[in-house]
Amino acid sequence: MPTPRVAVLRAPGTNCDHETAHAFELCGAQAERIHLFRLLEQPQRLLDYQILCVPGGFSYGDDIGSGVIFASQLRNRLAGVLGEFLQSDKLCLGICNGFQALLKAGVLPNGQVASLEANQPPASATLTWNHNGKYTARWVHLRTAGSQNVFLRGIESLDLPIAHAEGRIVVRDPSVLSQWKQHGQFALCYSKRGATDADPSSVELSFPENPNGSIANLAGISDPTGRILGLMPHPERFLFRTQHPNWTRMDLPEEGAGLQLFRNAVAYFG
Amino acid sequence: MLWEIEIRPLPSEIDREAARVQGSCQSMRLASITDIRAAKSFLIQGELDQAQIERAAQTFLVDTVVESHAIHPLSKSSTKSADDASLLNVMFKPGVTDNIAYSTQRALVDLGFAVEAVSTCRKYWVNAGASEPDLKLLASKILSNDAIEHVTRGSLAIGNLSIGREYQFQLQKVAIRELSDEQLQQLSKTGQLYLSLTEMQTIQNYFRKLDRDPTDAELETVAQTWSEHCSHKTLGGRVHYVDDTRDIQFQNMLKETIFAATRKLREQAGDQDWCVSVFRDNAGVVEFHEKFHACIKVETHNHPSALEPYGGANTGLGGVIRDPLGTGLGAKPICNTDVFCFAPPDTPFETLPPGVLHPQVVARGVVSGVRDYGNRMGIPTVNGAVYFDERYLGNPLVYCGNVALIPIDMVEKGAKPGDLIVAVGGRTGRDGIHGATFSSAELTHESETLSGGAVQIGNAITEKMVLDVILEARDKGLYTAITDCGAGGFSSAVGEMGAECGAEVWLDQAPLKYTGLSYTEVWISEAQERMVLSVPRQNWPAFQALCAAEGVEASAIGEFKDNHRLLLKYQDQIVGDLAMEFLHDGRPPVIREAVYRAPQVQELKLPARERYDADLEKILGSLNVCSKEWIIRQYDHEVQAGSVVKPLVGASSDGPSDAAVVRPILDSNRGLVIACGMNPHFGDFDPYWMAASAIDEAVRNCVAVGADPRRIAILDNFCWGYTDRPETLGSLVRASLACHDVAIAFGTPFVSGKDSLNNEFSYFDTKGQKQTVAIPASLLITAMGQMEDVNRAVTMDLKAPGNLLYQIGVTKDELGGSHFSLVNKLTGGRVPQVDLPLAVKIFAALHRAINAGMVRSCHDLSEGGLAAAVAEMAFSGEVGAELSLAAVAKVSQLTESAQLLFSESNTRFLVEVVPAKAAQFEALFAGLPLASIGKTVAEQVLKVDSPQGVRVIDSELKNLKACWQKPLNWN
Repeated sequence: MPTPRVAVLRAPGTNCDHETAHAFELCGAQAERIHLFRLLEQPQRLLDYQILCVPGGFSYGDDIGSGVIFASQLRNRLAGVLGEFLQSDKLCLGICNGFQALLKAGVLPNGQVASLEANQPPASATLTWNHNGKYTARWVHLRTAGSQNVFLRGIESLDLPIAHAEGRIVVRDPSVLSQWKQHGQFALCYSKRGATDADPSSVELSFPENPNGSIANLAGISDPTGRILGLMPHPERFLFRTQHPNWTRMDLPEEGAGLQLFRNAVAYFG
Repeated sequence: MLWEIEIRPLPSEIDREAARVQGSCQSMRLASITDIRAAKSFLIQGELDQAQIERAAQTFLVDTVVESHAIHPLSKSSTKSADDASLLNVMFKPGVTDNIAYSTQRALVDLGFAVEAVSTCRKYWVNAGASEPDLKLLASKILSNDAIEHVTRGSLAIGNLSIGREYQFQLQKVAIRELSDEQLQQLSKTGQLYLSLTEMQTIQNYFRKLDRDPTDAELETVAQTWSEHCSHKTLGGRVHYVDDTRDIQFQNMLKETIFAATRKLREQAGDQDWCVSVFRDNAGVVEFHEKFHACIKVETHNHPSALEPYGGANTGLGGVIRDPLGTGLGAKPICNTDVFCFAPPDTPFETLPPGVLHPQVVARGVVSGVRDYGNRMGIPTVNGAVYFDERYLGNPLVYCGNVALIPIDMVEKGAKPGDLIVAVGGRTGRDGIHGATFSSAELTHESETLSGGAVQIGNAITEKMVLDVILEARDKGLYTAITDCGAGGFSSAVGEMGAECGAEVWLDQAPLKYTGLSYTEVWISEAQERMVLSVPRQNWPAFQALCAAEGVEASAIGEFKDNHRLLLKYQDQIVGDLAMEFLHDGRPPVIREAVYRAPQVQELKLPARERYDADLEKILGSLNVCSKEWIIRQYDHEVQAGSVVKPLVGASSDGPSDAAVVRPILDSNRGLVIACGMNPHFGDFDPYWMAASAIDEAVRNCVAVGADPRRIAILDNFCWGYTDRPETLGSLVRASLACHDVAIAFGTPFVSGKDSLNNEFSYFDTKGQKQTVAIPASLLITAMGQMEDVNRAVTMDLKAPGNLLYQIGVTKDELGGSHFSLVNKLTGGRVPQVDLPLAVKIFAALHRAINAGMVRSCHDLSEGGLAAAVAEMAFSGEVGAELSLAAVAKVSQLTESAQLLFSESNTRFLVEVVPAKAAQFEALFAGLPLASIGKTVAEQVLKVDSPQGVRVIDSELKNLKACWQKPLNWN
């Protein structure tokens, strides 16, 4: 069995690092929770790992905006090594606040770290306030949307919890969406349970099915290579049957559906 | 140079802040305010030119996909702009913690910008033609809270953000020796010491004997150590209690009631005793798992929340999280529980007494405050409750609780002489000065101005960083003791840690938020997110390095000694020198009278009814019963991946769970069960049965989801009125007596507790008469149960048609204080009592049934009785139910449908059992009150027949659910 090394990168305010590391370990990876400040001391250490995971939480309190300060750290002193990491045949996963940080650092949607210099091309997309204006914790139903993302292999649909205030994906203009679609970057969409539409991204959905008003019902996006995934829902919160909100009402397998994402990542190195 | 970056939502985005404010204007009927636009701005001071500021904005501060911005320089003589008349700016008052500004400054400096100071500002442009009175109300009641913020009109005219001034050391002495009694009382009041005359005299005598006057720091230290908040002198004091049948002289009321029950249970348990550390550390500790014990603590933060709901509740939760962290050598928080008491949210604005915030403003602020701290800390909020009563006006209650795990070999701690006193975490500022003494005083309409400094604002991320680094240092064995800096600040923390040995403190060594603090302010500041540790000198370099590596500030501010004195120094000058003995044992005993006279039982006259659908709808739609989903969904209840039974359960995940089940260790199936019980209305009838009912409710909530009744630890939190009044104290003593009796009977030890007294609010009405509102007797019982295997847990939602429904327990004529009485405005009646021996048998039998997998769903019968319980189970499970009251009538020897449906008798459950297991299930309850009362059906209805066979309820589930969801479905 492959045992890739996973860097679960935590910043001040990260709070899902333990369970995320646990998820990778359940699948046979060797996961280390590593503090951003330690990495800043020796950025080259990042290259010791095969998988970079930025877990959920409230990095720097989400002051200024969700993931913004964490992203500025990635864009500043880690830009070089992060670029090198992303260029090689490795995987990168951002969950919730980690997704927000990756998107605001430019790692998503295109795998290129955004520069902090003046007169840069503006960001093509952002994660911002939920349409209901509130932090919202609830379970959602998700469908994969035809991307070739490594983490989502073999998954068609699954239930996962969301817990965020700024999870609505907004794009600068409609061409961004068509590019994403063209490059297979739609990864996960919020969906009605039991829906059979060919394309979950083109259905009109409102709250609670699409819990934050995200464009094209997007819950997660991929880079064009399929090696980077950012998603708002928390796969590390559905590792066991008893985490599902309806586990007392239905027969569920012992293993939670979220585990498959981590297993796929580990299997990639097999 | 000072710049302002003004940031607005793009036209394609909703201006949420403006919408929020406009909504509030409508509810306050500020008719002349018809249009508002909002913006946020950063004020940035430093050697920066326009191009640099523009780059900071575009690459970092502004989300250009959804926001636009404008940049302008600011100066003291700013130019007026055209829309000045309608512009309102809201800024924090100097010195108030501004987390966003702080983070922004650090991040900008880190990115290489030469930034000296940052502030944030909220800006609002109001339509022309808004009237002056409306603008004033908008500014003072909606946009800002005077305790922490100020509002300016027009363009900002600021040239400099720097605050603080140089502090010139000057030793302050208080000439206490010559004061008359009257002057002593005056000093106690004006100095915000809130000590009694006897206490002031004791201090006077102490210093007369020393032949010197105290310094201000010494006087403050004594006041804080002796405050009600820190020493619990009333309940731990001498009380003479008299009621209709008893006359008791307590030497220490708490020790002889609540502690005594625990002591007795521990003795009875012998070597099976599963309490580890109770009533001595910052949280109670019990056995849970082979590697970890469970800790629990519940605190209140009522007074600060009354003045500034967001900050008060925010720091209430932040404070209670530091309790388990400061227990033993430090416990890791795993979940939170929060209970709030508010006045009804529809209270008319015009009836508010002066100085009182509107209950809806309070509720929203409290809910957000708890949300922002708990979510940021990454601790799931899994349990809670909200109670409404008019008497919480001006005096809301905010109970915050935290559960944590501690390795079994880390429960003991002790500072050693020679260890460094190390402060870790947040810096010290002027915030929260006099919190300990102030929280022990009665609130008045002047409190807002008098005690503004007592308001604190939290920074959850600082606390999260402290938590992370402390747990690492703990596991490396770098320190010997730890405690939290709560009320009383360093004074309380160091005073407690050094109580057994002695301590010398170097007050000039504490890192400050800004200059200008006097040594006394440093000593008593209640700035948040600070912990105090004792670190052996040889570990100090390693400890410092660990903290630095995670960006946490740690400073040695003194040394523990073996001289049993508390010595305070500032730049080598002695500013305080007290004997620990005087501080901790010198307080004169408080002696109080307590009296309880049972009110006459008034008969309750049942209204004549043919049907009870309308009563059920009203009860489901009453504030205490209705859905709290609006709150629950704003709280992360799944972080840490331990969620098993969530606060909302059922087919659509919107039904009210009895308790939360958490599986806190990722590779173990052991579960913790968290629930609570409280019923302030019962206290109006009899505080004894109110307390007994609260314990019964908390325990039965735990048992209902699968907790083992032999392993439930409970906590008491008393929030009471002015206990100098013998009647008020009498009701509290009576409740404590019930706590003693019920805890022993149930085998549920109290492991921790806290009291908050003098919860009264007084003001002068329009006629100049002093009016006082005292809260109802509010005893919160929190219960922490355990499960060997979380896979056995049961939820309250009906599971499938064709199953049998059983009521467990006896329904009595107990409609006193019930919700049926409340919604029908009935008075009188008997308050629910508890049959203690029977309750124990019922809990045991139900637990056996749940553990054997016989129970598909189970719900306890509480507010609204059987009718509300079955309605909740049915609409949560989206499965109908048909009941006949005949069998319950027989078991209970009652005939009235109203009583059978709505009585709130204790120790009752409604359970769903598959027909194949019915016989086995019934056998488990042989000799116990059990009634087979109906079945589940596919049709989405609730039908109930009276004992006489007449249909008394026939309602659609959709309708019942809508009634239940409507009242608090806020935006």
